[in-house]
Amino acid sequence: MKLLTHNLLSSHVPGLRPGAGFPLRIELGHPSELPPEPSPGYEADEEFLRRLHHVLLEVEVLEGSLQCPDSGRRFPISRGVPNLLLSEDEA
Amino acid sequence: MKKLKLKELESCLQQVDTFESPKLLLEQYPTRPHIAACMLYTIHNTFDDIENKTIADLGCGCGMLSIGSAMLGAGFCVGFDIDADALEIFNSNIEDFELTNVNMVQCDICSLSDSMSDTFDTVIMNPPFGTKHNKGIDMIFLKTALQMAKTAVYSLHKTSTRQHIQKKAAEWEVKMEVLAELRFDLPASYKFHKKKSVSIKPNITEKMLR
Repeated sequence: MKLLTHNLLSSHVPGLRPGAGFPLRIELGHPSELPPEPSPGYEADEEFLRRLHHVLLEVEVLEGSLQCPDSGRRFPISRGVPNLLLSEDEA
Repeated sequence: MKKLKLKELESCLQQVDTFESPKLLLEQYPTRPHIAACMLYTIHNTFDDIENKTIADLGCGCGMLSIGSAMLGAGFCVGFDIDADALEIFNSNIEDFELTNVNMVQCDICSLSDSMSDTFDTVIMNPPFGTKHNKGIDMIFLKTALQMAKTAVYSLHKTSTRQHIQKKAAEWEVKMEVLAELRFDLPASYKFHKKKSVSIKPNITEKMLR
């Protein structure tokens, strides 16, 4: 799962406040290489853009989980595939 | 990007591994390489909706359409399917084809709601037809696809549903065009098929937004 794909996904746990299912928190073994917010003027910062491109398009999360920011429910990622299916009693 | 000929594309797609034990209730069958190649070739050469575009494949199964799109120069493809076994085969196909711009998500298309509005340039799909206790599923896929796509949706549907789709398209204020009518050769992939091949006549329909 690339970061670009993660950016599209949101939580569908029933009963969330509108918009509260996004963004899903990525849980990995190691910390991210990027700062949480881009600094002003990032468009001209070649080094930052290179690292951004790398993280967005070249890094694949193989194992980990995505956490719903509202309900805390975790969606597993295994072999690079995030599983957003809810169980029968959740849906 | 080297210009891939139709026959070359079809040849490549014949290498795509497909379902080992197709699940009846999910209407799993692979999109035939010939159909996939013709469909994708048209989308690419006539409409230019593949090269460098972001593409979603709803009900991707083993990834025939996504892989074909990647071969025609898609920017980024994401397949969506409910079945882990199919996605596992899709994953191994991606490795075999050495593709780096294809991802997949396991989810239920019917419960996606509108959280992914306007997220992809193009949606290309061969959705379930709704023949196995899941009537109406083809329209749910279509509606979701139209929400997700910024430019166009290309989808395969049964000829018998054409009028219904035209009606819905008008209701959803979407322009719909039938691009081709195909004979769908479905060799018996489920054990109870008595005839050697069943001909359904789906058609590729294109819906342009607004």
